[in-house]
Order: sequence, then structure tokens, then C-alpha cells
Amino acid sequence: MSNQLDVDGLIDNPDIHVVVCCGSGGVGKTTTAAAVAVRAAERGRKTVVLTIDPARRLAQALGLRELGNTPREVEVEGFEPVGRLAAMMLDMRRTFDDMVLAHAGEKRAREVLANPFYKTISTSFSGTQEYMAMEKLGQLAGEGRWDLIVVDTPPSRSALDFLDAPQRMSTALDGRMIRLLSGPARTGGWGVRKVVSAGIMLFAKAVSTIVGGQLLADASAFVQAFDSMFGGFKQRARKTYELLRSGGTAFVVVATPEPDALREASYFVERLESEHMPLSGLVINRTHPVLAKLPAARALAAADNLERAGEAPLATAVLRLHADRVAVHDRERRLLARFTKAHPSVPVVDVPAMPADVHDLTGLRTIGERLAGG
Amino acid sequence: MTTSAPWPQQVSRARLHVVTGKGGTGKTTVAAALALALATGGRRVLLVEVEGRQGIAQLFDTQPLPYAEKRIAAAPGGGEVHALHVDAEAALLEYFTMFYNLGFAGRTLRRMGAIEFATTLAPGLRDVLLTGKVKETVGRTDGNGRHVYDAVVLDAPPTGRIVKFLDVTKAMADLAKVGPIKGQSDGVVRLLHSQDTAVHVVTLLEEMPVRETLEAIAELSAADLRPGAVIVNRVRPPRLPARSVTRAAGGRVDAGRVRAGLTSAGLDLTPEDVDGLVGETVEHAIRVLAEQSAREQLTEVDLPAIELPDVNEGIDTAALYELAEALVEQGVR
Repeated sequence: MSNQLDVDGLIDNPDIHVVVCCGSGGVGKTTTAAAVAVRAAERGRKTVVLTIDPARRLAQALGLRELGNTPREVEVEGFEPVGRLAAMMLDMRRTFDDMVLAHAGEKRAREVLANPFYKTISTSFSGTQEYMAMEKLGQLAGEGRWDLIVVDTPPSRSALDFLDAPQRMSTALDGRMIRLLSGPARTGGWGVRKVVSAGIMLFAKAVSTIVGGQLLADASAFVQAFDSMFGGFKQRARKTYELLRSGGTAFVVVATPEPDALREASYFVERLESEHMPLSGLVINRTHPVLAKLPAARALAAADNLERAGEAPLATAVLRLHADRVAVHDRERRLLARFTKAHPSVPVVDVPAMPADVHDLTGLRTIGERLAGG
Repeated sequence: MTTSAPWPQQVSRARLHVVTGKGGTGKTTVAAALALALATGGRRVLLVEVEGRQGIAQLFDTQPLPYAEKRIAAAPGGGEVHALHVDAEAALLEYFTMFYNLGFAGRTLRRMGAIEFATTLAPGLRDVLLTGKVKETVGRTDGNGRHVYDAVVLDAPPTGRIVKFLDVTKAMADLAKVGPIKGQSDGVVRLLHSQDTAVHVVTLLEEMPVRETLEAIAELSAADLRPGAVIVNRVRPPRLPARSVTRAAGGRVDAGRVRAGLTSAGLDLTPEDVDGLVGETVEHAIRVLAEQSAREQLTEVDLPAIELPDVNEGIDTAALYELAEALVEQGVR
């Protein structure tokens, strides 16, 4: 068995200022982030939790009724933390708008916000949510009002998109490509061989037949207006990236004991290591520990005997469901062993499944206790 | 849901089976098992993946799939399953080569990120390209005018994005009103909204997946797309006698009776272990109740329902054949 992830040690450490919860979709990242934040606040930290698209009832558990885009103090009955807790849901469009407003003069900003292409980029571009989550993290860190920021990451196809999003966005919004497509004649200094430029001309023509001239014109106008802000954007993205790599940040990878989720977790761990990002450990959500020391084979044999004798239907059922549970548990152990063999130094903590969905403070506290190994 | 046949005539007539579901419900596994089931008895089926996850290759334990159709499995009775991993960039390049002579500039454009850029410019374009390729495989015929594939199974994006993905008409609103891609997308729209297409939704008997399933079905119907069957995946057998479930879920398990039963089976357990068994029983009962209410909610939609058992050993190729058999037994053909 690998070493245990010490969640309390993490949230009690005054040098840790950011906890990032990441993992593939559907593994309970948001719930984990909320539980960590509640526990940290109750242990005295001035905490803010940034959630991405939480389930409605979880949002209600944190007293969040709508997208706020600014943190609001969590005021729920029976919640009187030693520290403080604020929570917010990310509004990606507004975060993007704010970013534009902060970086452009008023006139430029108005031009950008009114451009139809901006609407596409700020709502539909894959990666915008990830980028904006990181932008918001940068903002919260910059405000200095909190001593612990707990971040949930978007449920992207690849759990790593939030690391790559700023770069992808840069490529997409970089003026070169759009200038190339909207007017290949005007692009100089590309350093592309002649034989290719004929291809590019054709490509540009093909793209404009496909996407339509108006869209291309909008995109071109957008990129021109955007150009002046671009340096500022890149700089901010770089600053957030540095924050993520600093010793004050702790990454917690979340998974469930399923092959896909653990594969994604492995991939994530490797990526964090190669980027020198500070990984604290792995949370395995929804495990099924066995509560009685009775081997499955014995339980099944006994159940068969009882059934043959036509006796004790309740005990028979209890024995069978116990055997099912042992089988589930064994499978989970096998899957986890595969992970720990590949990553022996990564601390792990199990969070046993709750019988029902978590949607109140009591549930979050229970998860917090399980996270802390209780 | 209970009123319909598990796999009615109009569903088995479909040539394109789109499989969606909330993340984590096992939609790729179900799509693969469905492809095997449809191929059973000598038919030729194509299994298509569009999300770039290489989930099919992992399931069948083969090398990552290229952008080319490849035979990956034999089905009982002489059938065969082929697989295709559609990549939007490759599809766009293929498309350009079809209509414009790009020559080898295509590769350079790809290196420059120009293709990713074009699909970024109009996010709908990506979906149009992917569904366009799927349509081409559904309609493809051999020299004798016979369909190359008897059926195509699409491992589609999850429920949250499925309608946007299939609603090509809307995506095209952003794109050019004339030209080759317009012509192609009109064909895609006709196929997706016709009797030839059925959209199946995979779910688990849990609160969130069921809610998303109901939402997706309503959205599909509103967009004039035809929901096929609800496929309930990973169904586990209830162990408790029906009459004790509610009591047990409320924490009322007669520990004395359990102990007496264990004793008569020759098991002498410590009080802690008996308590542990009781604890497991309460959790089991709570889950069974949650599953019952999930089933009830699913009856709100009057759609055929198929159930697949939980394969605890994990999904490998052998398990896929078992699931395919379960589908065939429930009438899938």
C-alpha cells in the first residue's frame, strides 16, 4: 500500500495558498473541492472556493443560487467556521468581458465586445472555460483577500486542458493566421516556401468558401482590435502558470476506482511531474470498503446451503450482497494497485462512497472527514 | 418505457445508431457491444469514434486507430466489426483534397495549425465535418449498388453536447450558404432526421445520469431527432427480499435474525463482523431504493429499454461479447 495523503496537513499548512482539484469528468471534483474548502474554513483558514458548473443541489449547499462571478460569503445555517468561507461559480463570459475591459481602452473594449466573433470565442471555443478558470484564479490570488483558494477544474475531455488553454487561445487569436486567411497577399515575413504559398492561397479561398466571407471579416476585425491587448493577456497567463508551479500551490488529482478515471489520473500525474507542478496526491472517490472480515467464497457457500435448506432468507441475502461487495472491493484494489505500481511515490486517500448524493453541509463535512482519513 | 418492445421494428430498421450518455455511464463500451450485436449472424458493421479518445482501440486491445477503416473483431455467425476513428482535421484535409487541389501544402498547413485554426474560427465546422464523414460511411455502396456496411454505430459525444453535435442545420447557420460543404451538410441533415437514424441514450440507475437522460431525450425530440432506446448499463442484482428493502434502507435490519441465520449456516462471526454485514446491508438497501426511483423516473419517457448487467471483472474483449449476447437476447438485431 502506498503512503496516505494527509489532507489536514495540506490545508493546515500556512504556506499553501492554492489547492487545485483536477481529474476527468464525473469523478466528484467539485464535491471534493467544496469539502476541502469547508474543512479548511472550519480549521481556521480564510478560504474561497471557485467552482465550475456545480450540480444545482451542491451549489445550494454552499448557498449559491446563481452565477455570481465574485465570491460570496457562505451563510448556511449551522455553519460557523473558525476561519471564513466564500464561494463562487465561474461565469466564463463575464470573466472574459472583465479581462477585455481591464486591458483595453474603453473604445477598443466596446469594439471587441460588440464583435460577433467575440461571442463565438468567449462562449464556444473549446478551452475558453479552462482559460477563464485560470484567469479567475489569477484574479483571486491577486486580490490577496484569501489565504487559501480551492479551485475546481472544468470537466474537459482531457483533464489537462486548463494547462494548455492559454497557449491554444494564443494560437487561435494570434493575428498571423487570420491575416493570412483574410488576405494572403498582405502577409509578409512568413518564411514559408513558395511552393506552399500557392497552397495557402487555395486554402484561404477554401476556408472563406466554407466559413463565409462575413465571418472571416468579423474575425479579422476582432483580431485587429484584439492585437493591442494581446501582450497583456499572454503576460497574465504566464503569471498564473508561474503561480501554479510555485511551492504555495498543491495539486490534488481526483479519480474514481474505474479504469478510465485512473488512466486519466495517471496521465495527469505524469504531466504534472513533467511540468514541475507540485502534486500532493490522489483522492479516490466512491470506494467500497468491506465492513466484515468474511471471505466471499465462504459467504457464497453458506448462502447456497441456506438456500437449499430454504432457511433464513434475510441472512442469505446478506451473505450474497456481502460477496458482491467483496468482489467490487477486490476489483477496486486491483485497479488502484496498477496505479500505485506506476506511481509509488504518490500519496493516496480513499473516500468511501456515500449511500446517497451529497447536497448539504453535513454531507460535505462527512466527506471532509473521510478525506482526512477519518 | 415498459410498454414498448425492447427493440422495436423501427429501431432495427435504422442504419445509423448514435450512442450517447453522460460521461462515466460506459457509452463507448455499449457502442462497441451494440456493434458486435448488430454484426451477429453475418452482417458487416462499422463502429465510429469522433472524440479523439481512442476508446475503441483500448476496448479491443489494439493499436490506436488511424483515420482509416480497419477490421477489429469477428462477430458470432460470420459477422464482422470494422472501426474508424474520425479526426476533424484529417476530415477537413480529405475534404479539401476532394474539392480543391491542395497538393502537399496540406501537410504544411497542418503543421502550422492552420487547420485547427479553421475549425476554431467556426466551432460548428468541426461537427459538420465529423457528421459528414459518418454520413459518407452510412451511404457508401459497392460496385453492385449494395451498402458496404449494414449498419454504422457512432460513439457520439456525451448527452450534454449531443443535440448541438447532431443539429447540423444550426451549425451551418454560421457557415457559408453556398458551396460544396452546404451541399454535403444538407445530406447529413436528411440522414440524421430520417427513419435511418436512431439515437440511443446510455444511463446508469443513478440520479444524475437519469436526469441527464431525460433532459437529452426531451432535447432530441425538440430538435426533431429520433430517440431510439434507453440502454441501462451496469445493472446489479437486488439481493434483499423486496419487502425488507425499505426497512433496511431506514437502518432497520434485524441483527438477531441475521445472526441466527448465519449460525444455522455454520458461520460464527464476531459481533463487529455481524455489525459490518448489517452496515453493508443498509447501504445496499439505500442503493436499491435509489435504483427503484431511477427506474420509475425512466418510465416517464415511453421508449424501449434494454438492460445490461454489471461486469465486475472489468471490461475486456470477452466481456464485450457477453454484453453483445445480452443485447441479442433482448431482441437487438
